[in-house]
Amino acid sequence: MHALVGENGAGKSTLMKILYGMQKPDEGTITVDGEQVTFNSPADAIARGIGMVHQHFMLADNLTVLENVVLGSEKLHGIGSGARKKIKEISERYGLGVRPDVLVEDLGVADRQRVEILKVLYRGAKTLILDEPTAVLVPQEVDALFDNLRELKSEGLSVIFISHKLGEVLSVADDITVIRRGTTVGTAIPAETTPRQLAELMVGSELPTPETAESTVTDRPVIEVKNLTIRATGGSSLGELDEPASTGLLTESTAESAAAVRRVLDDITFTIHAGEVMGIAGVEGNGQTELIEALIGLKNADSGSIAFLGEDITAWPTRRRREQGVGYIPEDRHRHGLLLEAPLWENRILGHVTERPNAKGFWLDPKGAQEDTRRIVKDYDVRTPGIDVTAASLSGGNQQKLIVGREMSHAPKFLIAAHPTRGVDVGAQAAIWDHIRAARREGLAVLLISADLDELIGLSDTLRVIYNGRLVADADPATITPEELGSAMTGAASGHLEHVENATEGDADAGPEDDAR
Amino acid sequence: MKKFDKERVLLAVAGPVIALVSAILLTSVVLIASGKNPFEPYRLMIEQATFSDVQVLIVNQASMYYLAALAVAIGFRMNLFNIGVDGQYRLAAMMTAVVGAHLALPSFLQIPVLMLVAMFTGAFWAGIAGVLKTTRGVSEVVATIMLNAIATSLIGYLTLSNVWGVQVGNNMTTGIMKNSGWVPGINLGPDVGEIYGLVFLAVVAGILYWLVLNRTRFGFDLRATGASETAAAASGVNARKMVLTAMLISGAVAGLSGLPLLLGDAHTYSLSFPTGLGFTGITIALLGRNNPVGIAFAALLIAFLDKASPALDYAIPVAYEKEIATIMQGLIVFAVVISYEAVRQWGLRRQQKRVGAELAAAAQNTNKEVAA
Repeated sequence: MHALVGENGAGKSTLMKILYGMQKPDEGTITVDGEQVTFNSPADAIARGIGMVHQHFMLADNLTVLENVVLGSEKLHGIGSGARKKIKEISERYGLGVRPDVLVEDLGVADRQRVEILKVLYRGAKTLILDEPTAVLVPQEVDALFDNLRELKSEGLSVIFISHKLGEVLSVADDITVIRRGTTVGTAIPAETTPRQLAELMVGSELPTPETAESTVTDRPVIEVKNLTIRATGGSSLGELDEPASTGLLTESTAESAAAVRRVLDDITFTIHAGEVMGIAGVEGNGQTELIEALIGLKNADSGSIAFLGEDITAWPTRRRREQGVGYIPEDRHRHGLLLEAPLWENRILGHVTERPNAKGFWLDPKGAQEDTRRIVKDYDVRTPGIDVTAASLSGGNQQKLIVGREMSHAPKFLIAAHPTRGVDVGAQAAIWDHIRAARREGLAVLLISADLDELIGLSDTLRVIYNGRLVADADPATITPEELGSAMTGAASGHLEHVENATEGDADAGPEDDAR
Repeated sequence: MKKFDKERVLLAVAGPVIALVSAILLTSVVLIASGKNPFEPYRLMIEQATFSDVQVLIVNQASMYYLAALAVAIGFRMNLFNIGVDGQYRLAAMMTAVVGAHLALPSFLQIPVLMLVAMFTGAFWAGIAGVLKTTRGVSEVVATIMLNAIATSLIGYLTLSNVWGVQVGNNMTTGIMKNSGWVPGINLGPDVGEIYGLVFLAVVAGILYWLVLNRTRFGFDLRATGASETAAAASGVNARKMVLTAMLISGAVAGLSGLPLLLGDAHTYSLSFPTGLGFTGITIALLGRNNPVGIAFAALLIAFLDKASPALDYAIPVAYEKEIATIMQGLIVFAVVISYEAVRQWGLRRQQKRVGAELAAAAQNTNKEVAA
């Protein structure tokens, strides 16, 4: 099992794309089983036994697992019982636990990932490439995934995986390659390496920790959400993000709530004060998206209210909220944060078109915007040859740095930060954390949503757990561990989470006011 | 930085050039297939373009094409496909002609009033599609196509002699407009003809189009919506309002596109008023890449094909069918769509590679410095 780690834009994804035949190398060779090969397309790579599991799953929701697996390789084992037998065989052999006749839309994230892995094995892959496979999983699921991978390894298959989580890399990989700026800068043997050493190898600087030094929480409420409820509109048209990512044991409760009009947000109440970071932990698809959209004004509340600095903003349109000082780091930067084919300086205007330095009254101010983009590029270390290149040509982490820089430039009073460091390398991660911390000292209120539990625990002053549209638990970030938080995220625990063996208390509905601080 | 600017110019020019060259080649193939000389028609048409009277015709026609294409381009810039420019233009021209025939104000009032009538009519007709889209989710493509058909019937009804129509020989007209609504042209002599005064309207509209789209907050919101609806919504653009506004503006400009001819020469709306202007506008907007300068060149090119091709029928010693130009226009549309998409993707990939390469080079330099 070989792990590949490196900064953003270091070339990890490019390397994987070349290995999988999606891109052609300019120079150099690839050798498979001692034989030099050239791949013109993924089909060539598959023929050589190389398969890839993408970060974003490529599954058709409305088809069954079986149909998804045979799609595109109908010739291998047919589409009927032969294929079913083969799927069951692979599933049993590697302990994947995949049921061939379930609809993919009924599966949770972890199950979908296993389907993706099975899909690759079905095509006869001997080498699996996994692109950040753990990014979307909770700790328990990560452990299960690693068990699967070890199983594959013991059967003689090779696994290459990319990850930003150094701890994981060290615990599971047999060999580690570190690349930086397109070249291999080192290799490491996990047994002899600490995460800190590995990170230093990656960026040549110290491993940052997201720990907040001293509390800056004031008693000045910035955002007050009361009894916020949003109902699902029109059932199935919701799209996959709104579907709670339920693992097998949760399907009953989802089926139950689907019968009634589902509440994607159910009676959410919280207050964030100036200088406070409130973290929300939860498996993706449990209402985070809706909460963010309600706060930024993309979704209307069915009931409940949102107050910003004492003023009721429930009916305010998005633009007014942003003008008044609500910053927004979206969870999907490509869909909500960038105009991919527009130059960087136009992206700097996006979301703040009515504000200085982007506009003077009715007119745009391209000079001002360009000037300020150069400043952001410099201050936030956005790696780009210039501000006239399109946003699409930057790597994901650099795009994120631009977005963070843009939002912080308008001195927000309340920042919605959804996965602010997703896909960002350790060095940039530290810089982003520093910016958030600095703003927090000056009275910024932050709603932090992140799949990275270390980041949540390290950065937050208050922690809440969202499950099935409800804030079911709260925790003190000073004492909680990622494992405890992870179990609450699957709905196993609720109420106030204490750092003790049995953390369950009866109080299912977290108190209306945050009591953690 | 300069490198990327050059790059952009190259990309901007590559699309149209590839499209035109392949369209010409394909037309030659058609000519060969029908047993004709594959190059002679081009020579004949270019020769036509050297005559000043043909040049005047081309400029006049191009001014109308230009306005119609701008109307289409406004929609395109935010992913709205206003196929209804044709209906909006015809209805607006007819309404303007009717008002012009019955209203008699002094020129300095009459002409602006007529222009407003044209804009309002066009905006109203496009606005129907806009309202349907924003309130009921009806695709603007379907709605505007249907509105084209309805406009045809409506015009047919309104020009009946017992409504507003006036019969002149075999032709149904709306009566001659009052003199104060005529826009004088630039007379280049009896043999050459007159350039419509409202050619300048097209120029002004082009400048305004650029200014509004690139230099105003509204224009940015519009372009953002076209580039990514979700990102625009998250940035605070009210998508519905934007759709409706864009449709209204597009319709208003479409309404203006008949005026150079109506106020400059025809002075009445009749059965012989040109149709299909809106559809040609789509071709031109595509070919001009929604860019005001690009559209100007495209409008001139298509107008050239239109006005230089009739002579093919009378060419000596061998006559060619003037429909060659129509075939070529059709092929241009095909070639444009394909070549632009190909060039766009190629450009994106190329830029990504270059950015990667430049960053790697920069990284190597810093590494060397550190080492030194």
